[in-house]
Amino acid sequence: MTDWPILSAVTFLPLVGVALLLLTREDSPYGRRNILNVSLLTTVFTFILSVFIWVGFDYSNPGFQMVEKHEWLGTGIAYHLGIDGISMLFVILSTFLMPFCVLASWNSIEKRLKEYMIAFLVLEVFMVGVFVSLDIVLFYVFFEAGLIPMFIIIGVWGGKDRVYASYKFFLYTLLGSVLMLLAIMAMYWQAGTTSIPELLAYGFPEQMQTWLWLAFFASFAVKMPMWPVHTWLPDAHVQAPTAGSVILAGILLKLGGYGFLRFSLPMFPLASDYFAPFVFTLSVVAIIYTSLVALVQEDIKKLIAYSSVAHMGYVTMGIFAANEQGVQGALFQMLSHGIVSGALFLCVGVVYDRLHTREISAYGGLVNNMPKYAVAFMIFTMANVGLPGTSGFVGEITTLLGAFRANTWVAFFATSGVVLSAAYALWLYRRVIFGPLEKESLKALLDLSGREKAILYPLVALTIFFGVYPMPVFDVTAASVDALLNNYTAALEAAQSVALSAN
Amino acid sequence: MDTVIKAIVFLPLIGFLIAGIGGNTIGAKASEFVTSGFMVIACALSWLVFFQVALGHEELIKVSVMRWMQSGGFDVEWAFRVDTLTAVMFVVVNTVSMLVHVYSIGYMHHDPHRPRFFAYLSLFTFAMLMLITSDNLLQMFFGWEGVGLASYLLIGFWFKKPSANAAAMKAFIVNRVGDFGFALGIFTVFYLFGSVSFETIFATAATYLPAEGAADAAEPVITLFGMHLDKANAITAACLLLFMGAMGKSAQFLLHTWLPDAMEGPTPVSALIHAATMVTAGVFLVARMSPLFELSPDALTVVTIIGAITAFFAATVGLVQNDIKRVIAYSTCSQLGYMFVALGVGAYGAAVFHLFTHAFFKALLFLGAGSVIHAVDGEQDMRYMGGLRTHIPVTFWMMTIGTLALTGVGIPGTVIGFAGFFSKDAIIESAFASHSTVAGFAFTLLVIAALFTSFYSWRLAFMTFFGKPRASSDVMHHVHESPAIMLVPLYILAAGAVLAGFLFHDYFFGHHYVEFWQGALFTGPENEILEEYHHVPLWVKWSPFAAMALGFVTAWFMYIRRPDLPKYLAEQHRGLYQFLLNKWYFDELYDFLFVRPALWLGRVFWKGGDGAIIDGLGPNGIAARVLDVTDRVVRLQTGYLYHYAFAMLLGIAALVTWMMLGSSI
Repeated sequence: MTDWPILSAVTFLPLVGVALLLLTREDSPYGRRNILNVSLLTTVFTFILSVFIWVGFDYSNPGFQMVEKHEWLGTGIAYHLGIDGISMLFVILSTFLMPFCVLASWNSIEKRLKEYMIAFLVLEVFMVGVFVSLDIVLFYVFFEAGLIPMFIIIGVWGGKDRVYASYKFFLYTLLGSVLMLLAIMAMYWQAGTTSIPELLAYGFPEQMQTWLWLAFFASFAVKMPMWPVHTWLPDAHVQAPTAGSVILAGILLKLGGYGFLRFSLPMFPLASDYFAPFVFTLSVVAIIYTSLVALVQEDIKKLIAYSSVAHMGYVTMGIFAANEQGVQGALFQMLSHGIVSGALFLCVGVVYDRLHTREISAYGGLVNNMPKYAVAFMIFTMANVGLPGTSGFVGEITTLLGAFRANTWVAFFATSGVVLSAAYALWLYRRVIFGPLEKESLKALLDLSGREKAILYPLVALTIFFGVYPMPVFDVTAASVDALLNNYTAALEAAQSVALSAN
Repeated sequence: MDTVIKAIVFLPLIGFLIAGIGGNTIGAKASEFVTSGFMVIACALSWLVFFQVALGHEELIKVSVMRWMQSGGFDVEWAFRVDTLTAVMFVVVNTVSMLVHVYSIGYMHHDPHRPRFFAYLSLFTFAMLMLITSDNLLQMFFGWEGVGLASYLLIGFWFKKPSANAAAMKAFIVNRVGDFGFALGIFTVFYLFGSVSFETIFATAATYLPAEGAADAAEPVITLFGMHLDKANAITAACLLLFMGAMGKSAQFLLHTWLPDAMEGPTPVSALIHAATMVTAGVFLVARMSPLFELSPDALTVVTIIGAITAFFAATVGLVQNDIKRVIAYSTCSQLGYMFVALGVGAYGAAVFHLFTHAFFKALLFLGAGSVIHAVDGEQDMRYMGGLRTHIPVTFWMMTIGTLALTGVGIPGTVIGFAGFFSKDAIIESAFASHSTVAGFAFTLLVIAALFTSFYSWRLAFMTFFGKPRASSDVMHHVHESPAIMLVPLYILAAGAVLAGFLFHDYFFGHHYVEFWQGALFTGPENEILEEYHHVPLWVKWSPFAAMALGFVTAWFMYIRRPDLPKYLAEQHRGLYQFLLNKWYFDELYDFLFVRPALWLGRVFWKGGDGAIIDGLGPNGIAARVLDVTDRVVRLQTGYLYHYAFAMLLGIAALVTWMMLGSSI
């Protein structure tokens, strides 16, 4: 297992699909079907292959595994891949969601299907690449490159205001990233290496940590997104095609959280500790503020987008609580949110494909003729609300517990989110699903098709499975998170004793 | 025994899955029989467990199922813990649930969505069983929210009715407010004890408080919301937060507003969830956590005050309601207040006893009300009933037994009486006997509430069954007694309403207290309420009886003797009447205080915060500035050659000047 470059294989396998797609033509129904089949098979194979990463994963090893390293450019920058307990599950999540994206685009993409699928497959390469990179330059390349396909997906296949949304998305995220690039250069000059494992072991001076932390924060906070740099997300979600929203909510938002865990917390522990109250404040504001905003939305996708921001607030809060429950809960919350919000956007896609509107007021009483859809939507709504027994609860309760141990006020305000999330989610459900079926346009809608069942039912099963038995995730993350936190506390204590002896 | 307990808990779950997933395939009849059949088995097994554990004095049983989550020191298991308290709840939940399942076969006969209904009922039962068997706070929270979900689904069962949908949402959200406190309470307990498992918490709690005058007595152990709390105060805080959860679930004063609205659901649901089982979860929680509450007199005082106010407040509102189900709903709310007073004065046994007896007679009243509603074609307003006694005699007698039990008819000083007589009087006497600072306050309010209880209960009976028929002749023509499948559950509950008190009072709160509970309810060394409540003065024992008799006579006078009097009184005291009829205006108040501001804030944050400030100054603002600048640049490009030549000349002049001056400096 070890000599075989499985990480490279998983990362670049989608390119095989891209090559095949380039050979196909789109102008006939056959061509269309070929494109869909090739894309589906590619993503499914990539997922199956990625499962072997989990199979071969060593739970007790807190360090990086399945490492591949080759010199690159002869500058000390290396093609260096590897995974640990923090990144492994994100790789699986990325490859897992891709087949659903292909399935969700089956009928809804009418023009330029080939280019659309190529964009998605390339996006998959970049996303997986981010999570497996162990060289900070390589990380940066993947991190930034991922913007391009997403920008194109929103800008070409998006809704009415797609151009505004795609530019907003691109510029917002790019602005943060420029600062991160500066920080990466500074780190290289200071530490003389771009290798992440070496940087993790390097202790940056306190003064410098502050600046580096802020530069990285600018990038990750936008990606997350944290209040107040979240306004690109609702626009991007509303305009993006369904599959684009799934990837955006499921994976791209997780890049920020992953970045905090990979760089900010372990590399700049002193700055992280110093800025923790600041992050707590932003997180709590995000949870309450965006929940209230979600309450008054008139567009289904926008409502879910705002609820995503609120849920990401729990993640940032958990990460900077810097204890086991906080960090593991944040990881769990990210994975769970990847499944649940992805599923919610897929649910919106189901009705959008039928009616071509996202206005909440255009719906009502769908339970009458779409009972299966109503059940699936109910389960995801409850997971979004954080009902125990669904995966949403596990992440929420553990991050809150972590936050409570760090600061009770933070937990107090964040817990009020459970009331608000119930309010906006149930109100949405009531307006869309419940009530009599009165609108003429809705009466002809059919319940879930076979393809839609194949999309939603596995996600229902996973949502409940991880709610009842989340241990697979906790087992994977435990060793790496423990190691991370031990180093973190050790660094804080060392700094404290230096400060004491200096006095 | 392990298998038996697993069977009790999981049979309803299996029933839910069969009826929920396969309901449309196997048909409505099959769904009814499967779910009800499983409930009959679960109920029989529950009684078996009750006899083994509670009466047979078997040791506490613990069954592990699997691990739930584990992160650092936070280690939670799926496990069942069965002691006497759980066994009592087993009997209550499964008996009522089984009877409601069976009753619903008749009551829901015409509904097209029966498989879904029975699936929900079984789902509720499963969640409730998870709640009462939990061996840690988090699993209890699972059951707690699970019953909330089932309640939400069942209140909104008739999803075409906007009022039902609104009531369902309200129930869920108001309960969430309580859960907000519950969750924070769980965190506090975990912070203090390092575990959420009952075993660890109770073991640690026993010796948790430092001895008086110890050196570390006042040392802060937690900083909670800016307060530095020592051990005693930390326990108080944890208990109060947990109690907030109990207030939500048990519809106590301030968080009660969802319960009357929940009557939008089908009547069997009201009997099962909103009378006998789910709403008593709060009482169960406090009883379960008695080792913690017993350490905090302050928290117990709060429990007493809230309970007493609820008992009084809900009874006053119940006096004037016209909807038959709402009267019973307020009565439930009020009786829950009694239970909390009992908990607050340390008479945990009395509280659980009242929970036990109340389940029988309140479920009886609700199912009886359902039978009445069934008879008069879905009408729920008592102003359009009357004179039904001769038409539906069985229902009438069953309701009468329920009323007698609820009002606590019995002869003080003897063991002759209905179920409510034993449990309610025990609570009132305990309130008097207790050393709590608010004992007098609680006792007074409870006796007044007993008077009101008697009044509204008899008012309900008289308005429904006596006098002249006020329904349309068309309806009266069709009035019919319910089928046997609905009446048999009534008989069983009626037997319970008559006998439960007499048979069990010695066990729950009497001579066999210690062997019966086996430590499932914890009482501190100073807590001697069990002994003291026997020695209250005679007038205290007679006061609930007097209140009950007075209530009966008043109701008789106003609704049988002088039926014109209520209307006259309502007009005389218009303000008071409206105040009571509108439930003390709580809904209006909350709408004004919470709902509107939340929506207003949401809009302000959205349009103002996100739109005007963040986007306006951020991306859109920058874009607009860039446009401004480029606009000006564009204006410079006029296209006239002499403009450019002039600009060039100016530039050259400036450059030359700068070079000459610059070099000279």
